[in-house]
Order: sequence, then C-alpha cells, then structure tokens
Amino acid sequence: MKADLNVNAKAVSVEVEPRTTLLDCLRDQLGLTGTHAGCEHGICGACTVLLDGEPVRSCLMFAVQADGYAITTIEAVAPAPGELSIVQDAFCETHGLQCGYCTPGMILTAEALLRRIPDPTRADIVNAISANICRCTGYGQIVEAVALAAKRLAGSNVPRALPPGDGA
Amino acid sequence: MSAPPFRFVATPRRVREDRRFVAGRGNYVADVNLPGMLHVALVPSQHAAARIVAIDASSALAIPGVRAVVTGAELAAAVDPLMNGLDTPRVRRLPLAVGQVRYNGEWVAAVAAESRALAEDAAERVDVAYEPLPFVLDPEQALRPESPAVHPDHGSNVLLDRTFVWGDVEQHFARSPRRLSFRVTWGRNSTVPVETFGVVAAWDPWNEILDVWASIQMPKYADQIARALRVPANAVRVHYDVDVGGSYGVKRGIKHTVLAGYLARRLARPVRLIEDRLENMRAGDAHGPDRIFDVAVAFDDDGVINSMKMRALDNVGAYAGRAPFQLGKPIGAIVGPYRIRSVEYRAISVTTNKAAQEAVRGFGQSPTNYAIETAIERVAAALNLDRIEVRRRNFIRKDEFPYLIPSGTRYDSGDYQTVVDKVLAHVGGPKLQQERDRLRQDGWLAGIGIAACLEPSGGNSAFEPLLNPKNTTTTWMESCRINVDALGHVTAAIHTTSSGQGHETLAATVIGEVLEIDPDRIRIVRPDSLASLPGNSPVGSRMAIMLGGAAFHAAEKLKRKLVAIAAQQFGCSDQAVDYAAGAVAERNGTRRLDWGELVTIAHRNFHLLPPGFEPGLEVTHVMQVPTGTALPTQDGRVQMYPCHSFEFHLVLVAIDPELGKPGFRRYVIGHDCGTVINPAIVKGMTLGGIAHGIGAALLEEFVYDDQGQMISQSFMDYVLPSAHEVPEIEIVHHCTPSPFTVFGQKGSGESGYLGAPAAVASAINDAVAPLGLAFTKLPIRMSELSDAVAAARASGKDRTRTGAA
Amino acid sequence: MKPVPFDYVRPQSIAEACAALAREDSVIIAGGQTLIPMLAMRLARPACLVDIARIADLAGIREEDGVVAIGATTRQTDAEYSDLVARRVPLLAKALPFVGHAPIRHRGTVGGSVANADPAAEIPLVLVTLAGTVVIRDAAGARAIAAHDFFLGPMMTAIPTGAIVNELRFPVWAGERVGVAFHEISTRQSDFALAAAAAQVSLDGDGRCLACAIGIGGATPVPTRLGAAAEDLIGSTLTDDDVRAALAGVIDTVEIMVDTHASPDYRRRAANTLALRAIAEARDAAQQLRQGRA
Repeated sequence: MKADLNVNAKAVSVEVEPRTTLLDCLRDQLGLTGTHAGCEHGICGACTVLLDGEPVRSCLMFAVQADGYAITTIEAVAPAPGELSIVQDAFCETHGLQCGYCTPGMILTAEALLRRIPDPTRADIVNAISANICRCTGYGQIVEAVALAAKRLAGSNVPRALPPGDGA
Repeated sequence: MSAPPFRFVATPRRVREDRRFVAGRGNYVADVNLPGMLHVALVPSQHAAARIVAIDASSALAIPGVRAVVTGAELAAAVDPLMNGLDTPRVRRLPLAVGQVRYNGEWVAAVAAESRALAEDAAERVDVAYEPLPFVLDPEQALRPESPAVHPDHGSNVLLDRTFVWGDVEQHFARSPRRLSFRVTWGRNSTVPVETFGVVAAWDPWNEILDVWASIQMPKYADQIARALRVPANAVRVHYDVDVGGSYGVKRGIKHTVLAGYLARRLARPVRLIEDRLENMRAGDAHGPDRIFDVAVAFDDDGVINSMKMRALDNVGAYAGRAPFQLGKPIGAIVGPYRIRSVEYRAISVTTNKAAQEAVRGFGQSPTNYAIETAIERVAAALNLDRIEVRRRNFIRKDEFPYLIPSGTRYDSGDYQTVVDKVLAHVGGPKLQQERDRLRQDGWLAGIGIAACLEPSGGNSAFEPLLNPKNTTTTWMESCRINVDALGHVTAAIHTTSSGQGHETLAATVIGEVLEIDPDRIRIVRPDSLASLPGNSPVGSRMAIMLGGAAFHAAEKLKRKLVAIAAQQFGCSDQAVDYAAGAVAERNGTRRLDWGELVTIAHRNFHLLPPGFEPGLEVTHVMQVPTGTALPTQDGRVQMYPCHSFEFHLVLVAIDPELGKPGFRRYVIGHDCGTVINPAIVKGMTLGGIAHGIGAALLEEFVYDDQGQMISQSFMDYVLPSAHEVPEIEIVHHCTPSPFTVFGQKGSGESGYLGAPAAVASAINDAVAPLGLAFTKLPIRMSELSDAVAAARASGKDRTRTGAA
Repeated sequence: MKPVPFDYVRPQSIAEACAALAREDSVIIAGGQTLIPMLAMRLARPACLVDIARIADLAGIREEDGVVAIGATTRQTDAEYSDLVARRVPLLAKALPFVGHAPIRHRGTVGGSVANADPAAEIPLVLVTLAGTVVIRDAAGARAIAAHDFFLGPMMTAIPTGAIVNELRFPVWAGERVGVAFHEISTRQSDFALAAAAAQVSLDGDGRCLACAIGIGGATPVPTRLGAAAEDLIGSTLTDDDVRAALAGVIDTVEIMVDTHASPDYRRRAANTLALRAIAEARDAAQQLRQGRA
C-alpha cells in the first residue's frame, strides 16, 4: 500500500505492507535510524516520535495510518548539522544518557514536555519521562537535563511556538 | 586527604560520546544495513523438555522470500559446540537444540528470509513434532539423583559442587558464643537492556573472511566464533565501532553469532539476527543468577563475626557457558568489607529446564552481598544492637590495608568508617530514624535500609583457573595504541565495543592528562578485531583501571619518546630535560623544542632521531591486571580483582500499610571508588546501578509456571523500573585512592547495583519487623508484601499499632 | 515481533465501516494501542483492519439532555484536556491521567478503551460507576446499551458482530457540590491497575449526601458498580464511619480476577481500601466547594 507521509517537514511517499509499523517504515524505508526498536509492544518508549508535536509510540502505529500528521523524528531536532538543540545540549551537559539507545525517545519526550509546560516541576518531568524506560541512568541525570533545558530555554531567544494541534 | 592535582582527570568534563547519541546518530547493530541482507527468526520450543521427533519445514520453505530453514541437526554437523567455562564436555551447547529441547523458548530451528516479517511468517509454519520429557525447574530437586537429567550424558545435573575452607572455620564456630543461620533466595532477573542482542554477519568467499557487527560485550568473542565455525581466528573480523544499546554484562551473543555466521556462509548473503523482545526474554540466554543461600555465622556477644559458612546453590538453567563462574568471582570479596576470619564456602551450580544464564552486572557479587548483609542484620537483631554499629565493629580498619581476606585476595584500600560517618552526617545523624518513627506514627510501615558492600574491580579471570583446574589463564589484558600523525594530531585506538561506559572519554582524558594536552583534540578510534591489540572487553568493572591504565602507560611511553628525541637534539641525557604541555626543555638551559618541532623530527628528520629509534610517533601498551599474576593455590586461595570500591547505602522506605506499595522517602549512598576520572560518568553508573537494584529487589523476575512455561516474556510482565519507581538519590563522595592503579582510580561500573538490593530488602524488613515478618526472597512483590502484612495483622501479632495509638 | 499480513481499509462513514466489518476476520482499529501489541505478538490474527479513526461523525465531545456524549474515536488526550469534560464529567477527567502514559493517550481513543473491555481499564470503570450508556451502530441503526449490560467479562462486551461503538454517554450530575475521586494501585505507576475505585458524591448545603456513585475495577473481571452501598450513604454526611459501614462486607461478595500479577485476596483488599479512600476524597472535595463559594 502507498502511504503519503510528512516526515520532518518533508512529504514522502512510501510503499509498505499494511502490517509495517511506522517504526519500521521510518527505519527501513526512510533510513531514519535514530528511532529505535526496544520492545515493539508499546512499553519501553525507545521508538518515540512526535505526531503533531505530541510523543507517541511509533511501534504502536502502522505506517498506513500515519498520513496527514506532522511526524517528527530525532533527526529533525538538531538545528543544523553538528549543532544541538538546547534540550540536546542539556542532555550532554548533565550526561543524561549512557548507551544512547533510549535517548532519542527521551529527547523528543522532553522537547514536547517543554513546549507544553515551559517551567515544569520535578514531578512534571518525572511523569513525562516515565513513559520511556532507561536502563542505564536511573533517570537522575535525565531529570537534571530536562530541568536545565527548561531553565536555558526560558533565558533563550528561540521561538516557542506551540506545535500544530496543540493550540487553542 | 588531598587529591593529587589533575588537569583533566577528576574534573567535570562532558562525555564526548553523548553528542552523537543525543542527535540519534549512534551506530547500533540494527543500523547496519547491507545490500542483500537476509533476516532471521527463530522457532521456539513449546516445551520445557522434549525429544525432537521430527521437523518439517516444507510449508515454511514454500513461502516466497524464505531462503533457508536450518535445524540443530544440520548445524551440529557444521559447527563445534560453544565453549563451556567449566570442564563439562558432555554438557554440549549449540545455537539450535539438537535432538532434544531443554527449556521453553529454546531455539529449535532458524529461518532466513528476505524480511523479518517473512521470517516470522515462516517460523510459525515450521512443524516440529515433540515427545515431551520429564523436566525439573527447582534447583534442590535438580540436585537429587532421581531428578530428570537435563543433560543425560553428563550423568547428573551438577555442574559444580566445590567446598572451600579458608581458615579454621570449625574452631571459630566451636569457640564463638553465638551462632545463627538463615536462608535467603535471589530471584532470577537480569539486566535486560532496552536494545536486544543483535548481530549482522557477512561472509566474503573471495577473501575468506567473516565480517561481524554485533551489540557485543564479550571477552574473546572473535576467538569463540572462529573456533565454533571452524575457521581461523584471522578469518573473523569483528567491528568494534558498533554502539551497544546497553549490556551491563549480558550481551554475549555467541550462539546468535555462530548461527548467523553459519547462515551467512551457507547462503552467501549477509545475515541479520536481531532478537525481538520475546526471543530476548525467553531464549536470549541472558538471565542472571537464580540462587539460594544458606548462611551460618558464628559471632561474639558484641556482634563481632568470627566465621561464616555459606552454601550457594545456583540454578544455572539448561546450559553451562560462563555462568557458573558467577559463583566464583564473589570469592574475591566473600567477606565483604568485614574482618570475618574464616569462611567455608560451598558453591553448587545445577542445570535445570530454565533458560541459560549469562554474566550479569557484578558477576554474582550482588546476590552474595545480599546474603552477607542479611547476616549482619540478623546478628544485630539477635543481639538487639544497632545495625550500623554492628557493621562498624566488623569493618576492616583503614590502617589494615592492604588487607588479606581468608580466600586469598588482598584488598587494596578503603576507609569504611569515614564513609559511614559522612553519610550519617549528611542525613543529620538521628534525623533519619526520627523521620522513620514519625512515619510510623502516621500509620506507615516505615523502615530504614542499610547496606555496606564492596565492588571488586579491575576484572580479572582468576575464577576460571579456580573453578576449572584445566584452565591456566592468568593473563587478562587491555590495550591502547597512540599515534601522533605528521601534522602533530593525536589519535588513540581502543580495542573493544562500548555500551555506554564512555570509554572514548576515558581514554582521551587519561592521555590528555599525561601529555598535558587538551583531551578534546585527541581522536579516539576503534579498529576492528583484526587490527586490534589484545584485550578482554569491559567486564568486571575494569575499564577505568585497565583501559585507563593502558592509555596512561602508552601516553607515558610517548612522552618518553618525545623526551629522548629532544635530549638527542640538546646533546644531553633524558634526565636533564623536562616535558611540559607538549614541549621539552632543558632543565638547566634555554633550549626548548615544542610539539610541532618534535613531531617534525620524528616524521621527517630520521637523521636527527636517537640511534635505534623507529620513525614516526607511535606507541602501544598492553597492560596486565595489577596483582593478577598467579594461579590459585591448591587450597583455593587466589587474588581475584585488584581494586575494591566501597558503597554504603542508607534508605528510608514507607510502605502503604493497606496496599503494600513501598515508596522511597530518602535514598543516600556513600561511594568511594578512589580517584574519579569523569565525575558525570561515575555518577551515572551509580544512579543507574541503584535503579537496577531497586528493580531486582522489588519488581523484576523471570517467572516459570509449574509446566516450565516462561510467563514473563514481555515488558508487561517483566517490570522494569520507570522514573516513577526510582527516587532522587543523594550521593556522598569519598576518595580513598587505590595504590595499585595509575591515578588511584577503582572501578564503578557495577556501583549501586551491588548494594541496592540488600539495602531495599533491609528497609522493607525493618518496616515489617514490628509485625514479626521478614522477607527472605527477592523480589519482594507488593501483593505478597501486603498479603503478609494483612495476615500478620489478622493473627494479632501486630505491634505497629500500639505505638500509634 | 511482526504481525501476520492483513488488509487495511479506511471507510469514510459509519455505514461504510459497518459494511467493511461484514468481511470475515475483520477487526476495528481506532487508536490501536491495545490491538497493536496483540498483533505484534500474533495473538490477534485478523484478515483485515477497518480503521475508523478518521470518520468525522465518530469524534467529538458535546453536552445534550443531561449527558456529555463523547464520540468513540475521540482521543483520550482530547477528553483529558477538554474543558467540558472537566466541568461536567469531572470523574472522567480525574480518571483519564491514569490511562497508560501520555503517549498512549495521544493515540488511544475513548471508545477503544470501552470496546476492549480490559478489566484494568479506567474509562469503562467511570462509565459503569456513573451508570452511563454506550451507543452502538450497525447497519440496522443506532442503539444504546446501559454500561452495566455492556461489559460481559474480561475483553468481552455486548457489541454484536459487525457493530461499532458510536459514542459514550456520561450522565451529568446537577448540583453545586459534586466531588469526585479516582484511585488505583499498580505495581508500577501508569501500568495496568491491580485494583481501582471511582467515587462521585453530591452534597447539600449541610454536607448531607444527595447522590453517590461508587465503582471498583481492576480487581474484578468487569467494572462493578457498588449501587447498594452508594444508596446506603444517601442522606448521611459521609463520615469515615458511615462509609466504612456502608462498604462493610460488600466487596467480600464480589467476583475477583485471578491472574499472576496479584493474589485475589490482595485485589479484594486493595479494592476495598481504594473505595474507602475514593469516597473520602470525593466527600472532602465536595465540602471544599462550599468553602470556595462562601
């Protein structure tokens, strides 16, 4: 089946079996390997992508269901090759990762959280990232990273526009 | 104690690997995509034990796009059995079951197809006829002669049964005024990385070489693949530049790789075998220790423990591998941080019809620490003494190091009392206890958990010759090569994969420290295995010590070369010049050669080089484990690991008395791993280790039902801690440098995990002690905890309510 | 972990959807958050997925005739952030954050949760507690089924073959002082509930109970409304003793789930505890409302 997708602000058309998950489509057909497969049954969050700005499990969605949404993967987060977003940079600053496997999902979750709640409490951060399993860090430096990113974003000059679908 | 001044070591510096990971630009095995690559799916055994009567793959092979179905019989003819650690040649293990299945989920056949989905379609259609056989799951049953034998050719289920006696145990027991004994059980859990194990293998028939990309953390991986596939070791090229998505011990993947390598050769196509989560959980052969401890201690009226008898019965599962060695490694810290004078240790490893084990973070030390710490708690309870005070009375004192324990290991250094002092000061002395008592007044079941334990580090393999006399391995090296190119830029090679430990940062920091140059300007590369120096991979909490050590010594060699080149130009001896920040200057003169000038001489002015010098600036160092030089003695004493980090956990838990859910109110760890090379990395290891330990204590277990079916195959049933379950953890640092390492560093890769299960169990048992309860099996599940509390209350033993009334 | 092959159709209308469902082994997919794991493990093996997520008539939240009607394919997130739901069905607003994690709610639908009838699911519990109804549609037209007749057992409902859930109707309680609470316990927060309880109370100016609804779930094969206990409390001031007396022995007679995650004793005890706590919290919340307006 053909699926017309909007991935990282680019229109792409893919030919997939209906059973192909968005995760597999992104990785195998679009070469976007920053989205990772962890459990393939919706628990671990390693495959998190943003759908209209909101985090979803790309393993719990078929590619043929994904037309009409703005899909954002980790590859679109960095502002330019070799540069990091404020959130990404904060993860580096606090070392909010180790093996890096859950990291793209964590970063996208954090990006979405900070758009919705610019000044999150610790509980807000914990609640948001609790959807993503990290086996390396024990989460402490991830929580620090998100808090640091919130602080830096508050003092930064980057646009804070709400993602599509999150307004009103 | 003031730390020696460092430029880069022990300073807060970013971890260089993080940049690629936050951008989603890691290079994991699943990202390796070769043209023409085939995908493998496995046919799992439906039975705990059964004879394979027939396998019919015809309808699977009829599916378009399916290229092969391989069975154990075919594979057995083409490859050699996988290596056993112990001398148990009749416990044969191949990637696919041969003739008989031995656990639920075991791989019976493998399908290779054009896509993973097709391979799964075909795997379902492989028709296997079984004849069920008797099976055994319980290790004590497995010990009995009448038990079904998992490997009939082996003659029994016992892989290892060895009793060590170190010191005069019987006399210490006879002369001690008090004795007690108990049993505790460590449930089967594992590290369960978010990335499953995966491998891509490609055979080049024209060059006769097998290229392997794998999410691997395994000593001598390439050797084992070559041996099993019956090819020369120099025909296996393992690519170490694959990022590993978490391992913590378990990413060994020999059976996966032998299977993928075989298929790649047979089909002349690249083959990818990436476990899905179900395959990973039930048959990744990556479960951890599953162990019953029977412990007796003999002690004085003041709580000083004189002697300990420990029987550890480990249910290793269906195959041997290296897992039984997890009973051996804890011998190197069998007395924990305590001055126990003699020990009897009986280590028993039995096979059962559960999945095979693999090395798990700490290699058996965390279960052992749980048993030792339970002994301390029991002694304190028996004497009605403060639990911390009992630990203090038994601690090895700081002036006793290096301290020789009964089983032959000399501990390097430590200052346990000071770490405890610092942690108690941090929590405000009696305030934690006051908080516990206040919670109890409010109706909570509140408890304080305590654990003091060691992290042996600097991974050696002394347990191999200790448990297998045919094995004479004493060498367990790590290596580093440094090259300065003709433009003066530094590139260092490390020879292993990493799974999040920050080895590139480690090597760059150490080399920068020695050469006094900016570590960020040093390139770190990972050649493939054929271009690598010998090494043993990041196991046994060893890389700060061993890779850090190798990088240090290589950098020192490079520095000596630069000094010699300069001294040659100055016409003086090497001792008459000084190296500083890349330049060499006469000590008593004005001449000076900077980095660029020295590089030019090395690369372009052979006529200026000292006699006998090779051109260029390249050095290597292959480092042996400090102290790891001798075979075990006849009576089973050996220097296990060189370094011993210390951790002291202090935890406050409040349990909802009705629902049984434990919540952490405070989690403090005092941590001493000597000199910390990168503070962010060590912190992450410790926090992650504690999270993993909380999982082991409360949540995680591979459960088999009474039919031998594994019922925790998914992440819905095997419960990993999320951010909700891990509290904010406070770390109190102390630094007792190791005398055996280059900067005084010790290991930290297993920190936190080695004490957290004991500490959490201690907290829960303190909370329920007023009810007359004690939990002796991990994990302590919420529902069981609550049921026990309800039963105790119903039986009227409850002493918690009198205080609150 | 890849599903078996299947066809995928996306009807544009409810009628088209009903027609598509006539094909053998076709199943509805909306958010897919429960179905897709079952597909991935090949526990579900449909021949065809009928995607109803974008049928315009099936989504949306509106109030009419004393009920808030929520279209089946309304995303759980949209209900969670709905001002109308927060004001008029506050019990549902309380329960929604307990539904999985946020990424699940971003895809999961309100109707899907009800159609799946997982014993641990929160939305069915709220629907049963408030004595709401499920409107189903098939080729023959629309029909309402009372919530307590809808859930037949774990993952079993009264939806006839070929029908789809059209909307859920949650009764709106009149009254100035309506308090709600939702409590649940799971091994890991946001996991499937081992037990859950929902309570909604309405108080008069003197703090006397005018109306009361109590339900338990998770512990039971289907969400269970504790109607008699709720009736008993009407007219009382909902003191802890009143509540304890009304619930005494009630949950002892309820059928409890048996599985590996918790003992039946545990679930029963937990359900009782959570029900007590939920009513107390709902009462306190309602009492706060007077103070707020004074």
